[in-house]
Amino acid sequence: MTANNQEPTLSVRGLRTHFFTKAGVVKAVDDVSFDVRAGEIFGIVGESGSGKSITGFSIIGLIDPPGRIVEGSIKFKGEELTTASEERLQDLRGNRVAMIFQDPMMTLNPVLRIDTQMVEAVQAHQSVSRAEALTMARDALAMTGIPSPERRLTAYPHELSGGMRQRVAIAIAFINKPDLIIADEPTTALDVTIQAQILYEAQQIAKKTNTGLIWITHDLAVVSALADRIAVMYAGRIVETGKTDDLIGQPLHPYTAGLIGSVPSANKRGERLAQIPGMTPSLLKLPDGCAFQTRCPRAAEECKQPQALRDMPGGRMVRCCRPLVAEGVA
Amino acid sequence: MSLVEPAAPAMKDVQQAKDAVLTPLQRFLADFFESRIATVAVSILATLIVLAVIAPWIVPQNPYDLAQVDVLDSRLPPGTKSTYGYTFWLGTDGAGRDLLSAMLYGLRISLAVGVMSGFIAMALGASIGLLAAYVGGRTETLIMRVVDLQLSFPAILLALMLIAVLGKGVDKIIIALVAVQWAYYARTVRGTALVERRKEYVEAARCLGLSNARIVFNHILPNCLPPLIVVATVQTAHAIALEATLSFLGVGLPQTEPSLGLLISNGFEYMLSGKYWISFFPGIVLLVTIVVINLVGDQLRDVLNPRLQK
Repeated sequence: MTANNQEPTLSVRGLRTHFFTKAGVVKAVDDVSFDVRAGEIFGIVGESGSGKSITGFSIIGLIDPPGRIVEGSIKFKGEELTTASEERLQDLRGNRVAMIFQDPMMTLNPVLRIDTQMVEAVQAHQSVSRAEALTMARDALAMTGIPSPERRLTAYPHELSGGMRQRVAIAIAFINKPDLIIADEPTTALDVTIQAQILYEAQQIAKKTNTGLIWITHDLAVVSALADRIAVMYAGRIVETGKTDDLIGQPLHPYTAGLIGSVPSANKRGERLAQIPGMTPSLLKLPDGCAFQTRCPRAAEECKQPQALRDMPGGRMVRCCRPLVAEGVA
Repeated sequence: MSLVEPAAPAMKDVQQAKDAVLTPLQRFLADFFESRIATVAVSILATLIVLAVIAPWIVPQNPYDLAQVDVLDSRLPPGTKSTYGYTFWLGTDGAGRDLLSAMLYGLRISLAVGVMSGFIAMALGASIGLLAAYVGGRTETLIMRVVDLQLSFPAILLALMLIAVLGKGVDKIIIALVAVQWAYYARTVRGTALVERRKEYVEAARCLGLSNARIVFNHILPNCLPPLIVVATVQTAHAIALEATLSFLGVGLPQTEPSLGLLISNGFEYMLSGKYWISFFPGIVLLVTIVVINLVGDQLRDVLNPRLQK
């Protein structure tokens, strides 16, 4: 557990990213805090509109108007990013902090060859010759387990399968040996078998290169097999964080419990799948207090009070006044 | 029998494998030359371009060299022998110029003016369109209103006004044609770029820390090329026609360096006196040039349009 003593690669504190639309202020990310250490895989789970992708884009400084980071701090290796200049952010992007996107069909430029795109990614941040950049590109491709990387380099994106394209995208993310990678639902668009392979490769590379990896997904099953720690987001807020095993084994927040209950598994064959009643509230009109109270089986009067993230035993945190495990455990 | 049958699917595999290794350019060429009309159009266009380029070395007479032009030879019908011994295969015009030579020189000027103005207008219009799409906001609104304003004027009117202000000459004609045409390119590129810039590969490029200029010119522009190529072809044909129109009206190129339009105009007055050839042959060449360029443009549009792809 020496890793815990190090300064975290990324430290997000009280991040609020709001979108100022004509219909009102959308609090897409509202008071989010977490740390990611070197070599650690941090899962962010949440449904559509829970703010998990916006959290990722906030870190890398790509929030377009009408959105803006209104509050909070993002420290990357001790450097504050919320006040950093655009030049500095551009320098970090793709170099120290890289991103992998959901749809590999869309994230590679269709008219440029793979080698062109990879060399461009290298040369944007390192002054190396084209030949050197090509060698790095081939090595990065080989690292992702792509068959015959030499030939893939001269291919166009449409000549590759979805899984291969995502490997290329992962190779591009890792090519400059970043300290942090933000993967935004990178396996959602892939077949389940390919998904498993990509998960495995990403995990291996992150551990091997000691890269911090933020894995954003709506699929709890995916992160539970992959991440060291998990944050569950709901309506722009983190409702629960903790080590993966603790969180999955004994969820504290009713929403986490609902998510776990709704994962299909073999031993529940033939039964009706558990689901969370209702739907995600509009971010424009969230209820006072806990955002989940309208769907929560344990909701009570005290849930109408503003909820703070509370420390729980085992380094866990939960944003709930009536967590599933009594406080007396500590 | 049993030996032959498995061979058929194997052949198909080979064909598919061949398809797979085609580069985009090879596939594009294969699609393009599938149409017989397009193939003929391209060969005619290529012939015309080659003839225009090598004109100084193949024509019997330099029509711009007044020493070689004898006014006594004026308005001779096709097939007449000249005093210098060669034959005026297509006759001579009012100034005694060999019409074949004058036409090839005229084609040279017409094509050069069309291509040059098309190229400059494309570079200018595409840059402005990209800028509008990428920057957005007030800049975009301003640029696009100027484009709308520009397009609301008839091309010939604007060109006439500009020529009246600027005066005659090849460079002035090109300036006028660019001024008339840049807006078409700007509007086309802006429309495509608006779609392209919202695609995820642009976001991915931003996440790679690439500069704005790099994203616009290396990533968005190549994706805007297909419609741009089509517009460029058609607009080049328009430019040639417009130049011919201006020359026909007598405000284009100087009399001493006739383009096709000017040749047609020179022969126009003799049309009714039976001396058809002075206008007729340049007219045919102009017509064929513009038609084949448009046919090539049509085929390009069919091949490059993703919605029409098999």
